[in-house]
Amino acid sequence: MSPGIDEVRRLAKLARIALDEGHTSALASELDAILGMIDRLLAIDTAGIAPMAHAHDTVVALRDDAVTEGDQRELFQQAAPAVAGGLYLVPKVIE
Amino acid sequence: MTEPFTVAGLAAALHARRISSVEATQESLARIEAAQPALNAFVTIDHEGALAAARAADVTLARGAAPPLAGVPLAHKDVLMTAGLPTTCASRMLADYVAPYDAHVVARLRDAGTTLVGKTNMDEFAMGSSNENSHFGPVGNPWNAARIPGGSSGGSAAAVAARLVPAATGTDTGGSVRQPAAMCGVTGIKPTYGLCSRYGLVAFASSFDTPGVLAQNAEDCALVLDAMAGHDARDATSVDRAPADFTRLLRRGAGARPLAGLRIGLPREYFDAGVAPDVAKAVEAALAELRALGGETVAIELPTVGHAIPVYYVLAPAEASSNLSRFDGVRYGHRAAAYADLDDLYCRTRAEGFGPEVKRRILIGTYVLSRGYYDAYYLKAQQVRRLISQDFAHALARCDVIAGPTTPAAAFALGTRVADPLAMYLGDIFTVAANLTGLPAISIPCGFDADGLPIGMQLQGRHFDEATLLDAAHRFQRATDWHRLVPSGYGR
Repeated sequence: MSPGIDEVRRLAKLARIALDEGHTSALASELDAILGMIDRLLAIDTAGIAPMAHAHDTVVALRDDAVTEGDQRELFQQAAPAVAGGLYLVPKVIE
Repeated sequence: MTEPFTVAGLAAALHARRISSVEATQESLARIEAAQPALNAFVTIDHEGALAAARAADVTLARGAAPPLAGVPLAHKDVLMTAGLPTTCASRMLADYVAPYDAHVVARLRDAGTTLVGKTNMDEFAMGSSNENSHFGPVGNPWNAARIPGGSSGGSAAAVAARLVPAATGTDTGGSVRQPAAMCGVTGIKPTYGLCSRYGLVAFASSFDTPGVLAQNAEDCALVLDAMAGHDARDATSVDRAPADFTRLLRRGAGARPLAGLRIGLPREYFDAGVAPDVAKAVEAALAELRALGGETVAIELPTVGHAIPVYYVLAPAEASSNLSRFDGVRYGHRAAAYADLDDLYCRTRAEGFGPEVKRRILIGTYVLSRGYYDAYYLKAQQVRRLISQDFAHALARCDVIAGPTTPAAAFALGTRVADPLAMYLGDIFTVAANLTGLPAISIPCGFDADGLPIGMQLQGRHFDEATLLDAAHRFQRATDWHRLVPSGYGR
């Protein structure tokens, strides 16, 4: 499956990555080569094979429904680009 | 320094009070500074913190009853969170990020007494096999600084090879501990998925990411792994099982044929065309040595292992595209200076913060997860992942370990594959299967090619049977000298 330049633009939009238009066609041909290699999978017979999501077929353990972490908002917000009054600041989203 | 610059050697000298931790740590810091211009192995060097930790270790050692690795200098790959120190993942996105807490393995190694000297360079977000995808520039291979060190834990491998630190942590998602270990001539172990906690390991592909160790030899890997491994309720995939004590197992006595009874599986698929002749020759010679030590080689088949690369390059990017969506310029990390609205803030922040390889993988992941392609690619790859796992389970019923080369060739020249990502991916052919299956694997030095570059042999074992891998590697290293050779200009 060859993605083409329009498809690369669509993927970049979905992934929230602004494209450098000068590199879009080079990127499309790189992705084309990689997806060409991946396309080999399509010919493999996997009828009746259960998908494997995890290295161990174990049931993920549930923990007790108890508070284990204290409030660390100030510590964690020290890493944020813009905060005020304990809130993360973003551009206005409601007119 | 007259003491051996190994984990075991320094730990023994520190406990016997022949040297102090301040001396060992100062030695490590001096070596790091001297090698930095040529190798660029470190992103952060923490003189102050390391010496404070060393002074504290010396107090503990003087009182007696110090933990086993008290005062031993160590470096962490810069993808592991270290409280109060930068954790950059070698990305512009996190160039100024200071971790608010320690990764579980970082805390465990701190509790075991190690002194953290710094954070090692790597491929951005651990995506790469050459360490050329770092925001802070590539790492040089100590055997030839114009060659790649392998990736993504390239800084850790170069630091151990050049004897800057006795050991360093790495992480392995598709071969990122084993490939640089092979290319730098050091020993690297990727334990079973679930043995070491991923808490505080900045996520790339969560179903594959595995903390590991790079050191000079298997004994040192065992010492560090014993300290790192352990259940952690904060990682839902961390497995709750009794500690193995790999170090004690290695120190058992053994006769002239210490590997008697060990069945070594040789998959035809690992010795076919595509392996450089020097690599094939070195691995054959290492297999002869394992046989001389009592091991028995048996032919096995892994018919679906040839699909491991396409499966990996569907699943790992899919998980990456999801994991890396957290970098949005709002909660942490880089934020674009100018933007029109919230969506534009996301798009510009991510365009500026991520390098080309990270973007490529996010786009591939987005593609295989998008409507219309999910069943064809993502689900299909998960099904083939099971077929590959079944192949390994069948093979490991007939043998105890699976042997082969770690990489198809020794380290290539810096810059030669940057323009061809697909060629770079194909170099992961022997390492990705252990991540798909979750099996443990170790790379050990077993020779050099015609250009004087190290070659690694990989052993893969059964789930949670690191002891057999470490034992085979240790017996091999008692009988050979490859792991003792130091690149010229380093180690003194």
